[in-house]
Amino acid sequence: MSTPALPGEQQVAATAHSSGYAIEFDNVSIAFDEKVVLDGISFKLPCAETKALFGVAGSGKSVLLKLAMGLIRPDSGRIIMLGEEVTRMTERELFELRGRVGIVFQESALFDSLKVWENVAFRLMENKIAPDEIERRVRESLKFVELEQTYDMFPSELSGGMRRRVAIARAIVSHPEVLLYDSPTGGLDPVTSNTIVELIMKQRDVYKTSALMVTHRLQDAFTMASHEFDKKKNEMVAIPKGQRGEVPMSFLILKDGKVIFDGDAQQLAASRDEYIREYIS
Amino acid sequence: MALELELTSPIDVAKNAVASVQDYVRLSAQSVGNFFRPPIYMGDMLQQADLIGFGSLPIVILTGLSVGALLALNSASTLQRFGGITLIGQLVSLGMVTELGPLITGLMVAGRNASGMASELGSMIVTEQIDAMRALGTDPSKKLITPRVGATAFMLFFLTIIADLLGLVGGWAVAHLLFGLDTNQYWTSAWQILVFRDVFTGLVKPVLFGFIISTVGCYYGMSTTGGTQGVGRSTTQAVVASSVLILIVDFFVTKLIFAVFGVR
Repeated sequence: MSTPALPGEQQVAATAHSSGYAIEFDNVSIAFDEKVVLDGISFKLPCAETKALFGVAGSGKSVLLKLAMGLIRPDSGRIIMLGEEVTRMTERELFELRGRVGIVFQESALFDSLKVWENVAFRLMENKIAPDEIERRVRESLKFVELEQTYDMFPSELSGGMRRRVAIARAIVSHPEVLLYDSPTGGLDPVTSNTIVELIMKQRDVYKTSALMVTHRLQDAFTMASHEFDKKKNEMVAIPKGQRGEVPMSFLILKDGKVIFDGDAQQLAASRDEYIREYIS
Repeated sequence: MALELELTSPIDVAKNAVASVQDYVRLSAQSVGNFFRPPIYMGDMLQQADLIGFGSLPIVILTGLSVGALLALNSASTLQRFGGITLIGQLVSLGMVTELGPLITGLMVAGRNASGMASELGSMIVTEQIDAMRALGTDPSKKLITPRVGATAFMLFFLTIIADLLGLVGGWAVAHLLFGLDTNQYWTSAWQILVFRDVFTGLVKPVLFGFIISTVGCYYGMSTTGGTQGVGRSTTQAVVASSVLILIVDFFVTKLIFAVFGVR
């Protein structure tokens, strides 16, 4: 299947940072009501790479995304996003940094009192972009997620999958340098899931956007590790087996608040850890 | 399902109460401070002014008229016994302008709008819309709270003036139609009894009440936890807390004004 043309295709969002990493977690811990959710988490997300985050429900995957965004503060440790230390920034300083990051929430978190186009345009309107430019970019983003026809609709009129795609359109409309996806395919049918995986892949391969993707669906992450987006064909294509190591895709597995695996698809497949074998089987 | 009761130590209860007050004060201070830090969301403020001000107009008209009429009706029989029915205009005027107008309008708007704010913001919290707003680089305090605080304080001022006037109209209707008091006499006595202190009292209170209604409504909305049930709880708490706070503040403001201007 194919997806429509990209918004502002000439623009490539990936920005190299001195460290070469888009996100760095250094010994980050957080507890809620004395329950430790993340315990000394450390990992790095290289620029232009997509990292899939796995873990059982309640393992702190969504918390990790919110920490990266500075929406909640860790009890200890450092988080660096796009070269800025999130854990030392004030809320006001964070608002600027967040302008360079896009996030897709688990339940989409669309503003239900605003129309679809207003949701997508929210950040652009806040940045006082000219109305004509806003309309052009909103239409492009909606076309990217194949939802142009929903322009004037309210979120309550859309299906779950459509809402998720509008959330993606809202996240990418400002061409962010980093994207955070919280279960983008959760609870969706296989066809819609594939469409969304393809959209995420397109962001990775064409825009070179760095991304953290929380997911429960291993097959989505494996599809992303074994396919690439072909710009000419405008669809994803399978990569021959010998070349799969070149795909900027990695996996991170959380268990009991700790990272038990951080590596690529081949390392994951070769892992002898019982829990990991059981998880991926 | 077994019902488990958890014992909480009095120290924890006290700590939570202090933390809540601290959060409320911080939210209130931030909402005022935002007026001096751009961006100012004038469009949102106008929208809220429309919702709060014009939306509350019917209920304010109704209560203003009723309270003025009831005040006249209840006091008329006593005044008549002492041959003082002509004083009814003064009584309604003083009662409405200094006390009942601001208080009743405040309580009505608290019931209507503190609940509305708490439920709207609470729903946004539980559906992660507030987090989404922060993630999109917008300060919810500036975008959602400050416009509500500004609009409520501003509109309650005018709503109270309307309630005062309608209260006087209600009082006149009773005095004139039921007790045969001359219209001119009623309005002249109602007008002449008022001095600067009375009008000042009557116009300062609604601004304070508007601030209380909006900050309490927003505070309970923004601190909502526990899904839709939590939204319901926040809504109820917002109405109760803002109403109680209005009554307490009303007492102390009245005392303060008496202390500054002296008792009549």
